[in-house]
Amino acid sequence: MTLFRRSEFIIACILFAAMIIIGLINPAFWSLDNLFGLLRSNVIIGIMALGVLVVMISGGIDVSFTAFAAAAMYLTIKLMIYTGYEGVFLPFVAATLIGLFLGAFNAFFIHTFRMIPLIVTLGTGSVVRGLLLGLVGTSVINIDKMPQQLIAFAKTDLVSLTSATGTNFGLTAMILIYLGLALVTHLFLTYTMAGRSIFALGGAPEAASRVGFNTRRTLFFVYCFAGALAGFAGLLHGSMIWLANPRDFAGLELDVIAAVVLGGASIFGGRGSVIGTLLGVFMLVMVKNSLIIMKVDTTWQRVVVGLIIIVATALTAWRDRKKLV
Amino acid sequence: MSEHLLELKNIGKRFGGLVALDAVSLSIKPGEIHCLAGENGSGKSTIIKIMAGVYQPTDGEILIDGKPVSGMTPAQSVQHGIQVIYQDFSLFGNLTVAENLALNTLLLEGRRAVNWRRVRALAEKALARLGVTMDLDADVETLPTSGKQIVAIARAVMADARLIIMDEPTTALTRHEVDALFSIVRDIQAQGIAVLFVSHKMREMLEISERLTVLRNGKKVAEGPISDFDEPAITRAMTGHDLTDQAYRWEQPKGDNLPRLDVRNLSIAGSLEDINLTLHAGEIVGLSGLIGSGRTELALALFGMNPKFTGTVKIDGNGVHPKTVQEAIASGLAYVPEDRLTEGLFLTQSIERNMLATSFDKFVRGLFIDRKKTAEATTSMFGAMQIAAPGPYTPVNHLSGGNQQRVVLARWLLTGARILILNGPTVGVDVGSKAQIHRKIRELATENGLAVLMISDDVPELVQNCNRVIVMHRGRFVDEIGPDVLNEDALNDRLKALK
Repeated sequence: MTLFRRSEFIIACILFAAMIIIGLINPAFWSLDNLFGLLRSNVIIGIMALGVLVVMISGGIDVSFTAFAAAAMYLTIKLMIYTGYEGVFLPFVAATLIGLFLGAFNAFFIHTFRMIPLIVTLGTGSVVRGLLLGLVGTSVINIDKMPQQLIAFAKTDLVSLTSATGTNFGLTAMILIYLGLALVTHLFLTYTMAGRSIFALGGAPEAASRVGFNTRRTLFFVYCFAGALAGFAGLLHGSMIWLANPRDFAGLELDVIAAVVLGGASIFGGRGSVIGTLLGVFMLVMVKNSLIIMKVDTTWQRVVVGLIIIVATALTAWRDRKKLV
Repeated sequence: MSEHLLELKNIGKRFGGLVALDAVSLSIKPGEIHCLAGENGSGKSTIIKIMAGVYQPTDGEILIDGKPVSGMTPAQSVQHGIQVIYQDFSLFGNLTVAENLALNTLLLEGRRAVNWRRVRALAEKALARLGVTMDLDADVETLPTSGKQIVAIARAVMADARLIIMDEPTTALTRHEVDALFSIVRDIQAQGIAVLFVSHKMREMLEISERLTVLRNGKKVAEGPISDFDEPAITRAMTGHDLTDQAYRWEQPKGDNLPRLDVRNLSIAGSLEDINLTLHAGEIVGLSGLIGSGRTELALALFGMNPKFTGTVKIDGNGVHPKTVQEAIASGLAYVPEDRLTEGLFLTQSIERNMLATSFDKFVRGLFIDRKKTAEATTSMFGAMQIAAPGPYTPVNHLSGGNQQRVVLARWLLTGARILILNGPTVGVDVGSKAQIHRKIRELATENGLAVLMISDDVPELVQNCNRVIVMHRGRFVDEIGPDVLNEDALNDRLKALK
């Protein structure tokens, strides 16, 4: 555990150093307006990252969750418009269940056919995206058609301020949902046997079943959990940007995985923590946000995300190997 | 209450048409140290799995505390107090010592929540029962093999074990660690727990066991109190024939005084100091010492894997300084690493390809590999090495440890090596194959004129196969035992003196 703490401590230090450097280059970074905006951008990537974290601890990987998020968001909103339903709670339950259901497919293939998670989730992600566009629709649902209750819900602010220039800004209350989910995930991973079974599965699958863990159940849980969080995050995303685009989230899986790896989770499984992931998500969002502020072209942002994945994975792999010697 | 804790009566096990066990009986009394010996493929693992409830016997009866048990599952086996420690220990490297120790208990109790204070308390209790202390917060993967083994034993003891079965427990341990293990085993014996060692290391069995059962080809061929056996008797029971015990002798031919390998003042900062070594053609020289004495470093330096050494190396009078493995091979060196499975062989590839792996250069015609020449070379080598396999196209992972080792040796012969460095040549190989490998090594020295440097922890192996043995300690040569005084006691004494 000391080692865990240590790697999180290092991540926190790097994050802090990066904040100071960015602040020096661009003092506007420290404005409340910018910081609130940053936190807001953390919410969706962060919720998805919690799911990916759990999958990665179990020794797997998931690249299908963005497709599940898009499907859950688009289907739920379509259904709300079709039935004229006016509420917030049930749609979120529905989106979560859609994600969970799709996640179960991943687990089914991985468990039944002993397939490599990367291949399975590449496949299911592609199928779900294709079905969504082919069967459900391709048109973007704009603000005029979006269910107003969802938009109103996502608009809730914790603090509302007025800037010197007279514009209003605030800290979204959605950050509380994110932090709440993070806390629950942390408690679950640390203080329940089901949570420890995920670490056991990621560390030594054979030994996990030998000591009597139900590895099948753990595997299903992990992919359903990732799917459910993605579904929930999908609908929340739509509500926050007042738009439901079935082509949304394309390429986001790489950002999320980069954030989780940046947070110290091992790509080989068995290692990772919620606190690390929170830090990793914040760092990734901050770097991307700073690139935008510095007017760096979006194509170059892909380069940065790719480099972050490579460097962070290399560092964790180096850490894990050094320990073995 | 029955006299026996566990009794297997006329157990038979068939897999399809293959008979793995044939009417084997085995009984274990409470608190005894029993040894189950047998070569690879003798049915040892099958019988372990039957006791663990992983396999169901085809015939026969299992009695626990005198009561017949049928259709035993792994969970029931654990409930009866039977714990198996497999060679891989089944531990979680990414979790701490404390959690590894406590997980079983928490699972058995059907807990849903984890109380970390209790995890620590359970772990402390488990280690206290063995009388050892250990950092509870260390990740298990950071522990040495002996430490992992202690965790595995402590975990088994904590699960209210009455019988602990250990599969090849001494394979990866140094002599010092074996002693520590034996003292722990005697300790748990004193607590009334029976221990079944499954091993092919006879010397260690004789040291610790009270009773012995020997399996060969799925049949029980011997059993009785350990006092009835000596080493040759066990070997005979395991292999079915006597193995020659003739020690290796070498006479320096008159007139030929040019050493095959001549190492002068070889040093590497921090690991080797002023090594002087001469090796003549036909010699087999042993190199022993504790783990970390620098013997592997010396081998790696000679083999071009650590070119940062000072001093001179001459092969047949020509100075060399190998900077890469390729250069070392070209100058006539061959190195068989300790872990042939992870370092030396391409397991899924055929015997032929593995043999050729380092010598494809020799079989090239233009841009292509000369298939006819390679086939000729590998077929003759396959015969010469007496590899037990259907043919040279069999994948290496289908072979036993001894046969795999022969494939590695064959590969080096094909490179035309003149100096062979062997690191733990028979680690994890059973007695029968071991003798055959030894015979092969001697043949290579006497008939092919190779100079052999044999690095090993196995004292009998060194005494039997080397004409002299060098003892290394902290990067230096500290002792050399010549042919006239070389025997097991002498070597053991010098090795013990190092501690």
